[in-house]
Formats: sequence, C-alpha cells, structure tokens
Amino acid sequence: MTTATAQQDKADVPVFHLTEDEHEHSGGSTMLGFWMYLMSDCLVFAVLFATYGVLGRSYAAGPSGADLFDLKLVAVNTTMLLFSSITYGFAMLAMDKGRQAAVQGWLLVTGLFGLAFIGIELYEFHHMILEGATPMRSAFLSSFFTLVGTHGLHVTFGLIWLTVLMVQVSQRGLIEANRRRLMCLSMFWHFLDVVWIGVFTFVYLMGVLK
Amino acid sequence: MNSYPDWWKLVFGRFTLEAIPYHEPILLATFAAVAIGGLALIAVITRMKAWGYLWNEWFTSVDHKKIGIMYMVLGVVMLLRGFADALMMRGQQAIAFGANEGYLPPHHYDQIFTAHGVIMIFFVAMPLVTGLMNYVVPLQIGARDVAFPFLNNFSFWMTVGGVVLVMASLFVGEFAKVGWLAYPPLSGAAYSPGVGMDYYLWALQIAGVGTTLSGINLIATIVKMRAPGMDMMKMPVFTWTALCTNVLIVASFPVLAGTLALLTLDRYVGTNFFTNDLGGNPMMYVNLIWIWGHPEVYILILPCFGIYSEIASTFAGKRLFGYTSMVYATVVITILSYLVWLHHFFTMGSGASVNSFFGITTMIISIPTGAKIFNWLFTMYRGRIRFELPMMWLIAFMLTFVIGGMTGVMLAVPPADFILHNSLFLIAHFHNVIIGGVVFGAFAGITYWFPKAFGFKLDPFWGKLSFWFWVIGFYVAFMPLYVLGLMGVTRRLNHFEDPSLQIWFVIAAFGAVLIALGILCFLIQIAVSIQHRDRLRDVTGDPWDGRTLEWSTSSPPPAYNFAFTPVIHDHDTWADMKKRGYQRPLDGFRPIHMPKNTGAGLIISAFATICGFALVWYVWWLAALSFAAVIVMAIAHTFNYDRDFHIPAETVLREEDLRTEQLARA
Repeated sequence: MTTATAQQDKADVPVFHLTEDEHEHSGGSTMLGFWMYLMSDCLVFAVLFATYGVLGRSYAAGPSGADLFDLKLVAVNTTMLLFSSITYGFAMLAMDKGRQAAVQGWLLVTGLFGLAFIGIELYEFHHMILEGATPMRSAFLSSFFTLVGTHGLHVTFGLIWLTVLMVQVSQRGLIEANRRRLMCLSMFWHFLDVVWIGVFTFVYLMGVLK
Repeated sequence: MNSYPDWWKLVFGRFTLEAIPYHEPILLATFAAVAIGGLALIAVITRMKAWGYLWNEWFTSVDHKKIGIMYMVLGVVMLLRGFADALMMRGQQAIAFGANEGYLPPHHYDQIFTAHGVIMIFFVAMPLVTGLMNYVVPLQIGARDVAFPFLNNFSFWMTVGGVVLVMASLFVGEFAKVGWLAYPPLSGAAYSPGVGMDYYLWALQIAGVGTTLSGINLIATIVKMRAPGMDMMKMPVFTWTALCTNVLIVASFPVLAGTLALLTLDRYVGTNFFTNDLGGNPMMYVNLIWIWGHPEVYILILPCFGIYSEIASTFAGKRLFGYTSMVYATVVITILSYLVWLHHFFTMGSGASVNSFFGITTMIISIPTGAKIFNWLFTMYRGRIRFELPMMWLIAFMLTFVIGGMTGVMLAVPPADFILHNSLFLIAHFHNVIIGGVVFGAFAGITYWFPKAFGFKLDPFWGKLSFWFWVIGFYVAFMPLYVLGLMGVTRRLNHFEDPSLQIWFVIAAFGAVLIALGILCFLIQIAVSIQHRDRLRDVTGDPWDGRTLEWSTSSPPPAYNFAFTPVIHDHDTWADMKKRGYQRPLDGFRPIHMPKNTGAGLIISAFATICGFALVWYVWWLAALSFAAVIVMAIAHTFNYDRDFHIPAETVLREEDLRTEQLARA
C-alpha cells in the first residue's frame, strides 16, 4: 500500500505520509452513506408504525380494519411488490454479467410491477374513501393512510428514480457510476419490500383479527 | 379578508395586505433596520464587484472548510436575532408588574419566546456546532474533504432555507405562539389557525433535511476517510464526539421529521393524530417530539465536550488524561440519551414505575459526565497550563456546567419535578447547561480554531472582555431565575401581579444586558482582529503548540488540506510527529483529486424554501411548481457525471513552496 517516503532511510523515524494516492474508495462511502440514509428512513417508518400501534384501535365509532380490508386484494398487491423485488434482483445479476439490454429489460419489468402495486393501492384508497373511511374519519384511519401512503410515496419516488436510471444507463451504459446508482436503488427497493412486509403483517393481517 | 375577490385567493392564497405588520412599531423599526442594512450590504458587495467572488468561491463551494465558515457566520448572525428576542423578554418581564402591562402584548410576547427557543437551538447552536465539526473533522482525520462534498453544500443551504422562513415570518405574517416544541392541541389547526405554526413546521422540516444529510455525511467521512494508521482508538476526542453526535443526528432527526409531518397533516388535511376528538392523542406528540428532543441536547453538548478535551490537553501541554474513558463516556452518553426522554413530562401521569425508570436513567447520565469533568481536571493537574482565552472558557464551563448538572439531577427526581416542572427553575437549569456548555464551548472552539481558519489569532483583550461579560452576565441573568422558580413562578408569562418578585426580574434583565455587552465585545473582537491581522498573524500553522493533525498544515489550509495523505501512529498525532522529528516534504508532489463546485445545492434549496413559503400561505400553484422544480433540479443534477478534477502537481508545488518561504520567515 505505502511506498517509501523521503524519511524512510532514517530507520528510527517512522513513515508520516504516503507519497502515492491511496486507492479511491468513493463507492464504499456511497454504500455506507446510503445505508445510513435507509436507516434514517427506517426511523421515519418506525415513527409511523409506533403511531399506528398507539392509534390503530382508535376507531372513534367508525369502521375498523376488519370492516375495511380486503385481504385478497392486499395479497395480490403484496405479490406485485415481492415479484418486483425478484425482478430487480435479476436486473442486478444481469448487471454483474455486464448485459445492458437484460438490465434494462428487468428494470422495465420491475417498474411495471411497481406501477401495478401503486395502481392497486390507489384503487384500495379510492374505494375506502368512497365508503366514507377517509383519513379524517378517525385516528385509526389517519395513521393507516399515513403509514401505507408514505410507503406508497416511497415506491412512487422509486419508480421516478428507476425511470431516470434507465435513461442514464441507455445514455452511458453500465459505467461505474451507474452501477453504483443501480446498487443504491436496489437497496432502496428491497428496503421498501421489507417495510411492506411489516405493513402487511401489522396493519392488514393483524387488522382483520378481532 | 372577505373583501378579497376569488382570483386573489387563487393567486395569493391566504396572503392579504393585512398580513404585513405595518401597525406594529417594533416590527416596522426592525424591518427598516434590516432593509437598510441589507441594502447597504448589497450595495457594498455590488460596489466591490464581489458577487462573482461570493458565488464562485463561497456559495457554490463544496470545500468543507468554506462551508464550515459559512455555518459559523450563519450561527453568529442568528445569535444576534435570537438574543434580541431574549432582551425583549427580559425587558418585558422586568417592567410588567401590577398596573404596568409592559410593552409587549401577549400575542407578540408568545411569538418572541417561541422564536427565541427555535432560533437559538436550530439556527444558532446547530450551525455553530455543525460548522466547527465541518471545518475541523476532515482536518483532524487527515482527509481532503467530507465523503459527500455536494451534499455538504446542499445541507448548508437547506439550513439557510429554514432561517429564511423564520426571518420571513417576522415581516410577512407572524410566527408561532406555542412554545419552541409546539405541543398540540394548542399547535393544532383549531387553536393556532394562523400562518405562524406553518412557518414553524416548514422552517424546521426544511432545515431538518439539511441536518440529517450532514449527519450522514460526517459519519461516512469519519468511518471511511480516516488517514491510514488512525484506528478508532487513535481518533482525536473531538472527532469521537463528532461521530457520536452525528450518530445521534441520524438516529433522531428522522423522528422529528416524522412527528412534524404528522402535525402538518393534522393542520393541512384534517387528520386526527394529535387532536382531542375522533381518537387523536396529543401525548403521542409529546412523546415523539422528546424522543428527538432529548438526544438533540446531547447533539449540541457532545461536540463541545470534544472541544474542551482538545483545549484541556493543548493548553495543559500534556496528553489528555483518560483518553479511553473519555471515549467510553461519550459513547455511554450517546446511548443513554435515548433512554431518558420521558423526564421532560413526568407530570404526564404515566405512574410511579415508569417515572422511576426514567428518573434513574437520567441520573445515571451524570456518571459518565462526571468522569469527563474529572478527566479534564486530571489533564490540567500538574500540567503546564497556559491561561489563554480557550483555557479560560474551559474553566468557566467546568464551574458553570457542574452547577447546571446538579440542578439537572434535582429535576430528575420525579417528586421534585412535580414541584419544579414548567417553572423558571427549569428555564434556569437548561440555560445553565446550554450557555455554560454549548455557548461557552462554541466560543472556546471559535477562539481555538480561528487562527487555523484565517491565519491570524483573535485579539485577546476584547476576547477576555467578552468572556467576563458573558460569564458574569450569565450568573446575574440566571441565578435569579433559580430563585424565582423555587418560589413557584412559571415560565412564559408576560405579566405578574406580585410586586415582591420584580427585583429578581430586574436583576435578570441587568444580567441580560451584561451578556449583550459580551456579544458586542465579541463582534468588536472580530473587527479589531481583522484590522490588526498583521500583528496577530501566525505563519507556522500551529499557534497554540497543538497536538492534533489540523495543526500540521498551514493556516488557512490549502484547498487540498494535506499535500500527502498523513500516516498516523498516535492519537496525539501532531504532538507525536513533532516529538519524533517530522520533516515536511518539499517535493515529489502529485496531482490531487478534488470535487468540483456546483450551484445545484443552492438552487434546489431555494426552490424548497419557496415551496415552504407557498405552503405556509396556501398558494397551491406556487407550491406545486416549486416542488416540481426541486425534483427536476435534483434529477438534472444526477445527469452531471463530471464532478471532479485534479489540482495539478505544479499548483501543489507552488502552494507548498509559498508555505516553505513563510515558515522560513517565521
């Protein structure tokens, strides 16, 4: 790693500086930084989960989760998101092999699954609001819409990001900067999947239990 | 308001001409002063043709040193605003007895104490602490910049965005009237329908994004960019405290963002998180905001502990006593700061067991903090102490902070807290630790590192004058509040009936005037030092006989900080290098890889600020447009792949030769 310095010939004086640049580790800091961003985002979700935990049974004589949730629809939706994670994984495998067309193809499939997820979620929200179960109706519904909606907003931003990355990959190919960005989006996408599993379990599955 | 036509509401939202407070003489005078001062500043900059210089060399700079200095300037400017609020409150409370209503009506007084708290914490203490960390940490660890230089610039401008919104509230509309943490239901739509609360929410939300990102940035910098040989237990103590502080920032500011977002939804959408009806729970807010709020006070104090540690060992001329225990104490405080939030509302009524738990965890914090005090004392013991200004701040801090710590332990006892909570005793306590700890620390840090940043020392005469005014003024201003608190006087009152209390408030107001003189002396100190910079010049780069790496480079350091990446053998790196006969390299320089400046951070923050302003006034079209602009600009920035350049070896050689000449003359 180090090469000799001007002082090294004097044996008792240690090396105090490198005369060659160290290998650049910028990618390493980006991954660490992005992990920390994800953990900070995770805390935002923690606040929303905690709020849902406290207020999730405050129906204010309005509808409860058992009245509102359609588990079959949610199961379809969950499948969409889980599939999108798998296809993103395929995109990353293709990236490692340097196959740009395959990367773009899998990203497109991922984006379509993501769009389907958002579409189904919007349909569900729309349906609930038509039934009078608005975010204003009770603390339970406020916390439900905020938690699920915040996740949905994240997926939406992920879709925008994914589109931008597809353009950038088509423009510049799988250069190092783009690989790093794909890696960050990959972590973001899987993170949203993990959060959704929490939402699915704590909000929907436990919500329909009486 | 009703006389305004529909098109007006469509274009200007709820903004009306009545929102401009031209009927408030105090605000009118302030506005006139700010406007004249601002125009004069703009005129001077234009006359000196300095806009290009400011834009190219400062505003768009990604150099951590310049961003650090900009943070410091921001913090000092906002100190003046926050302290003006303090003087107004002290003045009001000193005269408003019996028939005398004072000069501040309640709606104005309430805005002032809210603004004072918000500004002092978010826009004075935070920028000062962040500025020092930004400037010093990369130098201490032998790095050339932070891990994400663009993000650093963006974080700074987001903080400025928050400042702009708070300052705008002074002249357009009003500020919140709810106290600095804005407890609902008072801060909800029903009881605070005006724009003040919305200014509060968007200012903190925008500034909070900047703070979180700068936290991530500094952690990545400290973890990934230390010079070879610097393992964790060879990091300077200031860097350690900076690491712990930034961990706290990343772990707590998202909670603030989430909590404020929920309150925003309550106010804008009509959800029921913190309302009294339809299942809402205001105590949720109080819990959540303090889960952020308690770590926040450690975010402020930990870096100051680091500053004191550096100063203690430098000015005692020996190694820091108990380096390892100092590191462990810092880490323990970091962890414990998450386990005490409930002590801010023992009176919530969560029962004896919960209160006991939080009371005990709170008291436990005094153990690592006490260990630190002893470490500083033992560092000084048998040291060759130089009583320069930073050392004086350290001693004033130790005396003052111990008093504040003891009243803190008193407040940690739940039964005592039931008597003292929400009283002036509490006010005296937290000013005791924040002024005695954070403000003294910031001044110590400024005095200590100023010669590093600018190449000349600060004038000691005016510095000492400022020191004595601050320290004496602090005691005169806040000891009476302890007394008043013990007598049962509650906080946030703008009028009193009992005339026997007045003398204490008059004394406190006198103390505030002394502190004002301290601030004035500090400003004079800077002006005098700039004027006499040749007499105060330091060409060695090491004016205090320092011990850590930042003193090994020139003052001010070159853009690249170090011509060669240093190799570390000891946590007192520079002292070790000096002892073992380090020779500065004079040739063999190589091109240095550096990040390029960019204006993207400033532009995105400007749009975010406009978006916040539009949301405050319900100008939906502008909010939508500026939000879209934020997204588009952020995406456009990602299409810029050309983000770095190399400083040619010849430039490095020229800079280093210049330094060689300077050193030879010294």
